[in-house]
Amino acid sequence: MAEASGQDVQRRQRKVLEVRNLRVHYETPTGDVIAVAGIDFDLYDGETLGLVGESGSGKSTAAYGILKLVQPPGRIVEGNVVLDGDELVTMNDSNFRQLRWTKLALIPQGAMNSLNPTMRVHRQITDAIEAHEGKQDKEELRQRVLDLFRMVGLPQRLYNMFPHELSGGMKQRVCIAMGIALHPTVIIADESTSALDVVVQRVVAQTMLRVKKALGVSMIMIGHDMGLMAQMVDRIAVMYAGKLVEVSPVETIFEDPLHPYSQVLIESIPSLKERKPLKITEGITHDPRNPPPGCIFQLRCPFVMEHCRSEAPPLREVKARHQVACHLYNDDGSLIEGVKVEAAV
Amino acid sequence: MAPPVLEIRNATKVYRTSGGFLSPKKEVVALQDYSLTIEKEPASITTIAGESGSGKTTLANVVLGFTPLTSGQILFHGQDLATMNRQQLLNYRRNVQAVFQDPFGVYNPFYRIEHVFDTVIHHFKLARSGSQARDMIEDALNVVGLHGVDVLRKYPHQLSGGQRQRIMMARVYLIKPEVIVADEPVSMVDASLRAAILEAMLSLRDELGVSFLYITHDLSTAYQVGDKINILYQGSVAETGTTVQVIDQPQHPYVQLLVESVPAPDPNIKWDTEIELPDEEILRSATSTGCRFYPRCPQRMDRCLEVAPPLYEIDGMGHEAACYLYEDEAQKAPAI
Ligand SMILES: Nc1ncnc2c1ncn2[C@@H]1O[C@H](COP(=O)(O)OP(=O)(O)O)[C@@H](O)[C@H]1O
Ligand code: SF4
Ligand SMILES: [Mg+2]
Repeated sequence: MAEASGQDVQRRQRKVLEVRNLRVHYETPTGDVIAVAGIDFDLYDGETLGLVGESGSGKSTAAYGILKLVQPPGRIVEGNVVLDGDELVTMNDSNFRQLRWTKLALIPQGAMNSLNPTMRVHRQITDAIEAHEGKQDKEELRQRVLDLFRMVGLPQRLYNMFPHELSGGMKQRVCIAMGIALHPTVIIADESTSALDVVVQRVVAQTMLRVKKALGVSMIMIGHDMGLMAQMVDRIAVMYAGKLVEVSPVETIFEDPLHPYSQVLIESIPSLKERKPLKITEGITHDPRNPPPGCIFQLRCPFVMEHCRSEAPPLREVKARHQVACHLYNDDGSLIEGVKVEAAV
Repeated sequence: MAPPVLEIRNATKVYRTSGGFLSPKKEVVALQDYSLTIEKEPASITTIAGESGSGKTTLANVVLGFTPLTSGQILFHGQDLATMNRQQLLNYRRNVQAVFQDPFGVYNPFYRIEHVFDTVIHHFKLARSGSQARDMIEDALNVVGLHGVDVLRKYPHQLSGGQRQRIMMARVYLIKPEVIVADEPVSMVDASLRAAILEAMLSLRDELGVSFLYITHDLSTAYQVGDKINILYQGSVAETGTTVQVIDQPQHPYVQLLVESVPAPDPNIKWDTEIELPDEEILRSATSTGCRFYPRCPQRMDRCLEVAPPLYEIDGMGHEAACYLYEDEAQKAPAI
């Protein structure tokens, strides 16, 4: 037991994915929408990282950037994505295609609605396999699909069914099965349970956890339900208007969020434990084509200071494994002089 | 005593599908024998919760008069919706308003936000002059924390999801209805903005006396703002009571499963049990006579298959569950 967890710790120190200064813009007639404004983070072997933020904050675009799936009018402006030592952004297309799916899998937002309605469930999966591994023996393929079914908890009976014959939860499991079919190193799941009812959501979430554990993959889970994040992830990266503002172990950020935006996010989680007064954030968001100089959160920040308006705070580690981008903190994580702590939460 | 603002009596809605290739004609009971009363005072927020397909949106549609009931009645100040004339219907539509599920869908992308307000002012003849209209609009925007200069000249896509939602609340404020049917008003927005909308609901209730039918599958927001709650399962009420009664002490086996499945927003309290989804085949063969939850129920008894259970009183305080487990307790409960 102790040995296993020791191994675990070792694994968790190895980086499988390094994202450096990734920047993705969408071109519009009135200027570029800065969807991802230069983000940096690492994904460690075997961990689940939650990427959270309000809709439009750039989560999906960041995922597309990592997978080089950004479609025009979008483009990767700069940055590096290193997967197991290979740099992806500059890698040529044919090498990248080899790598995609076998190493990196995406379960896209709304995946269950994008299943091909005219194709039987097993075909959706075998097509994905054959597209990357070439023609396969029929019986072997069948066994493989049934194994995947077992792994995600789909009854065998569904093998020959069409997507419309399945419930949302079952369709979502088919998408998970497709995602893991090629044993990827990293899975990116974009809002995979957002459209589901709570009971079904829980079943699908637990399926994902089980599958992740069984396969030992690393996962980026995109979402905005903080309750679900608390259940599922090891670390959380908080995104606001294209920037990462805080990256932290999940327990730490729930207990002691540092960035004013994370504080709002944690404070406003509705709970079944207590009825608490609702916390409202005032202030508006900026035009995504024209962010203000300085901190990205300044228009909504209750603590905004003079130099927040001119100087952008870098994301930096101020406590063990805990990074924040905010001028309120000294390098050792203490509050700078003259700031009232009680007001901060 | 004055009749309630809104009274739903034994409402039943059956959809008949035409049937087609491979699928025989069938009847779907979307809402069964549903009753609900909303008193004028005090204004209240009643949550209708349940999974998708449980009848929530059907209920919204029949209350808004979009689709007729198969049987039963909807009474507005004692008058049956089915017998209203055109004038009365216009009055009903003004007083029983919807806040739609998809905030983007109801705005035409080619019009500025001011058009949303101009349209209701015109449609319900709310203002006598242009300047009175402008004042009313500014007033309504201020109530939800917005300013005209910031939003009126914008196009829908230039606003955040939360701003669009607040614009809808402002539009509602302008019309000052007696009841608002809010179908998943916060399902598309994020935590930090959700609070603004829920707060707007509370202030509309407390300051304007507007009552809400708050339709959602999210129990945690219901817990924050709801006064009473009705939990639907396949078209029937499984449990009803005050929000605190039902969520703190769920009685119906389905509601217990539901409450237990809400993820605790605390990384130190993890799910400790695995649950399984019912096999769909079993669900499809579900009984049409007995309790609808029978195929999934961990505590089912043979008699549950015979007749659908009525609502039983749990504690004599208005907390009721449709489950035979509570039959005895109901008999013991003091009459009030
Ligand atoms: N095809 C597109 N053209 C222009 N802007 C886009 C496009 N897709 C996304 N955006 C913009 O990029 C930003 C980030 O969007 P997105 O990555 O979808 O965020 P999230 O996944 O966090 O909701 C938003 O401002 C959004 O409006
Ligand atoms: S840097 Fe300044 S404006 Fe930005 S979050 Fe910190 S205190 Fe607020
Ligand atoms: Mg997204």
